[in-house]
Amino acid sequence: MSHLLIAPILLPALTAVLLVFLARSSLKVTRVVSLVSALLLLYVSLVFVVQSGAGIIEVYALGNWAPPFGIVLVADRLSSLMLLVNAVLVVASIIFTFNVKAERNDNLQPLIHFLTMGVNGAFLTGDLFNLFVFFEIMLIASYALTIFGGGKERAKAGLHYVVLNLVGSSLFIIGLGVVYGMLGTMNMADLAAKVTQVPAESAPIIAAAALVLLLVFGLKSAILPLYFWLPRAYSNAIAPVAALFAIMTKVGIYSIVRVHGMIFNQQPIVGLLEPWLWPIALLTIAAGSVGVLGAKRVRMQIAYAIIISVGTMVAAIAINTADAMQALFYYLIHSTWITAALFLLTEVIALQRGSMADSIVRGPQIRQHTLLAVYFFIGAIALVGMPPLSGFFGKVLLLKATPTGAAQVWLWTIILVGSLATIVAFGRTGSTLFWRVTDLKDSKAKVAISSWISISGLMLLTIGLVIFAEPVLAYLAVLGTQLIDPTHYFNAVLSTEVITR
Amino acid sequence: MELILAIVIAVLTGTGIYLMLRARTFPVVLGLTLFTYAVNLFLFAMGRLHYNAPPVINMSDTHTDPLPQALVLTAIVIGFAMTAFVVVLALRARADLGNDHVDGIDIAEPEPAETQAQEEANS
Repeated sequence: MSHLLIAPILLPALTAVLLVFLARSSLKVTRVVSLVSALLLLYVSLVFVVQSGAGIIEVYALGNWAPPFGIVLVADRLSSLMLLVNAVLVVASIIFTFNVKAERNDNLQPLIHFLTMGVNGAFLTGDLFNLFVFFEIMLIASYALTIFGGGKERAKAGLHYVVLNLVGSSLFIIGLGVVYGMLGTMNMADLAAKVTQVPAESAPIIAAAALVLLLVFGLKSAILPLYFWLPRAYSNAIAPVAALFAIMTKVGIYSIVRVHGMIFNQQPIVGLLEPWLWPIALLTIAAGSVGVLGAKRVRMQIAYAIIISVGTMVAAIAINTADAMQALFYYLIHSTWITAALFLLTEVIALQRGSMADSIVRGPQIRQHTLLAVYFFIGAIALVGMPPLSGFFGKVLLLKATPTGAAQVWLWTIILVGSLATIVAFGRTGSTLFWRVTDLKDSKAKVAISSWISISGLMLLTIGLVIFAEPVLAYLAVLGTQLIDPTHYFNAVLSTEVITR
Repeated sequence: MELILAIVIAVLTGTGIYLMLRARTFPVVLGLTLFTYAVNLFLFAMGRLHYNAPPVINMSDTHTDPLPQALVLTAIVIGFAMTAFVVVLALRARADLGNDHVDGIDIAEPEPAETQAQEEANS
């Protein structure tokens, strides 16, 4: 049991507190502290990925309480991977904030670290109630970040976002309460063991609790009837925050995979979710495609592209095989990083377009139009899922993992039509932004170096995802088998020995 | 006792949801608060109801499950913080948007000229 496992939670927490106290010191100091902490987090996450890649499932019993009684943190392949995906995003966002004007006000840097703490905690915890607590930490930081910068639109979007999530949190407690009342434990590994022993007459209550929890996670991950808050909240947030939020929907997806895949997909309620997940996935993709085509602003368009990606991932959960899980998480890494990169890129484009900002209308020529157009082109190709970039491989893996029959017909059609809609929409956006232009007004400032580093880094990583596809897929293949057969995880948690004196 | 508790939870939930569906931020905040109360009571009841039973073993003949009490304490603290936040946010939205409608559009004001004048007065 190594104490390193709590670092991804403690490090951002302590950094955030430190940064609150440093609020009045020079910008250089706060930036260095913030960035160093994020880089350390990246390093720690890499250590976990390497460690879990070697087949070790690290378990940390908080307060030295033996599972299933205390709270445990678990770093298996899935958790380590999600930590890494998040750490990369945090580093990129923090570098990008160096060019945000209002950075000093309202404690932007501490809030980013608080959000990171919540997200990392949600990925690491092996306790269902603790998952709720970390959700709340993540959410309260995200509430403040959503309205960061102020203004009418943000206040309106923020209010909807907060009220919806508060209702979601209350439902989460109801789900948790029922699960505890029926099974008498909150430890995920122990819950999985207890579910199988439930008598047949109690099975419907457990099924109800599982569906309430699906509703909660569905709200976080923005699946069909619950996504209406997302486009407005994401497109009105400032760019580095929108980029960071790319991980938030994935926290919902992660929770569905973790909680429903591991605990509830067993006798006596096996196969409970499939009839729900299939239509949800297909309709979410369809709704996202309509939104992408109808969006009037680039950010709104990217927000709807997130909804398409969520639908795609939910479809992978519905398939529920090792291959589908491999595809799901390859697509998840790609989708998180590329949407973040595009949010950041849109911000620098909007800055150079002046009052037109990111509206998809004829406007003045962008100052650094060639370079930005190349970036936009690469980003759009990756997002849409055309070869040779990562989005293509993610989708191909998923299409290959689809079982034959009706599912295949529906999923292939919807995913491919959705991709076509995205191509059309982003093609139109690109040509409007870069070709349908009036005279060049070079009064706008050039793109700052920090912004370039941040965007290029994320883009290079998605390209790296293709170049190093083999080791990544090998890692994900084992991840997939571990998720389908989580015995290894259960054994690691339940056999944890506490330190005795 | 079980029946009373169940009725209380049901009434609180019902009123809470009704108020949350209102169009003004103040009733929505009240509704959220009531709903949180209902949920906390529900979580508490999940440890089953016992009379005169401390949550400590060997204090008396019977003991009650301490975990739901710990969980509900956490939930109360979180719920309280969130309510405080949503009150502040509602006030800020009221200041920024010029009215307390959840969508920021006040349907009750018929005259557009009047609205504009009011917005100017607010800003």
